[in-house]
Amino acid sequence: MITKRIIPCLDVKDGRVVKGINFEGLREVASPVDLAKYYSQCGADELVFYDITASAEGRAMFTDCLREAAKSVFIPLTVGGGIRGVEDFERVLSCGADKVSVNSGAIANPSIVKEAAQKYGNQCVVLSTDVKRVHGEFHVFAKGGREDTGLEAVSWIKRCVEDGAGEVVVNSMDTDGVKKGFDIELLKAVCAAVDVPVIASGGAGSIADFITLFKEIPDIDAGLAASVFHFGEIEIANLKKVLAENDILVRR
Amino acid sequence: MIAIVDYGVGNLFSLVASFEKVGAETVVTSEVETIERAEKIILPGVGAFADAAKKLRESGLGKVVKAQAAKGKPIMGICLGMQMLFEKSCEYGCNEGLGLLKGNVVSMKGYIDAGLKIPHIGWNALHFVRKHPLFKYIREGDFVYFVHSYFAQDCQESLLAETEYGKTLTAAVAQGNVMGCQFHPEKSGEVGLNILRAFCEL
Repeated sequence: MITKRIIPCLDVKDGRVVKGINFEGLREVASPVDLAKYYSQCGADELVFYDITASAEGRAMFTDCLREAAKSVFIPLTVGGGIRGVEDFERVLSCGADKVSVNSGAIANPSIVKEAAQKYGNQCVVLSTDVKRVHGEFHVFAKGGREDTGLEAVSWIKRCVEDGAGEVVVNSMDTDGVKKGFDIELLKAVCAAVDVPVIASGGAGSIADFITLFKEIPDIDAGLAASVFHFGEIEIANLKKVLAENDILVRR
Repeated sequence: MIAIVDYGVGNLFSLVASFEKVGAETVVTSEVETIERAEKIILPGVGAFADAAKKLRESGLGKVVKAQAAKGKPIMGICLGMQMLFEKSCEYGCNEGLGLLKGNVVSMKGYIDAGLKIPHIGWNALHFVRKHPLFKYIREGDFVYFVHSYFAQDCQESLLAETEYGKTLTAAVAQGNVMGCQFHPEKSGEVGLNILRAFCEL
């Protein structure tokens, strides 16, 4: 049977990996290419490269890193950040990305999901959504979590899946950076609403949090995290060993 | 030299990079002479069967690949490229494939258990049906990366390996010099590279 995937996310700025703590106070970590190689050797099932650069130079550095990484690691690579149109899909796919994740770009221009899915196939289009509770409702936030769009998250995700998004990354802003576990309530709601793979993001602090995630929500396909992996708080090989001991099917 | 047939479907960056990694020289090409000159052929593909079959037919490259297969040149189809090797598929209307292998490409919908997600995306285990030189560097139960909604059925003697996803699905096929992987060896880490290495050594 298909295994649960463990996915490290690399936020890349000006050619370096950073991790935002609650999206602010960015800290520098290491070379994206070296980290990608390291994670691939540790047993990461997939990698996400998130481009958080705004400048043209930064963007060029990002595609250089991506090309280099795609030549050295042979596991699926998803690229996100700054994807505004179908031409951005082309830009990163031609540098070795396998999937492209859209977030704010889909909010600003919802037709991008449909256009990209028609051109590159659903499997290529990943919807990434930052979600935060506002007055007891799940709201979609745009621009790296700075702007409340007022959109209700589950129906937004459902709509994008109908338009052709082949996978969904759900990042809970309420649990992100807190390291006390994934947002089980939100993730359950999303899994119940869509039939494409759902990737949990935000809140991983310990191996136990991954066990809880996969045990509580059998439909969840993958767990994504950044800082706990980058700072060595969780080693992927060890995480997978413990998951397997807990009867959660993983690739080893 | 391995010719990676470029008929306008899918991203070939990783395929080229993975062959480079195992020390093989490749050329991405849509030129008939280059394909004819190559020692081996890779037929890639991502997307829908109908569109890919049309592009193979209209570009004339389907005929070239078939002729090279008849000459005994090693050919490996990957993902949709593997599906192209079969007789037909009924994804978005019925379309003919190259017919190099017996069998049809059918939807998982209605075949696998309801409740399982389609596409079948992720890492799944390979189960060997029989021995083959392609697998000389890998082991029974090794994991490879799949992304597909359709699969090859009734492959008969070409069936080489299967995977379990609610039901048994065809994972790899081979008959003589014609081979195919439903999964993506170029995205399957060391295991995938070892399959490509074995292909290069055929």
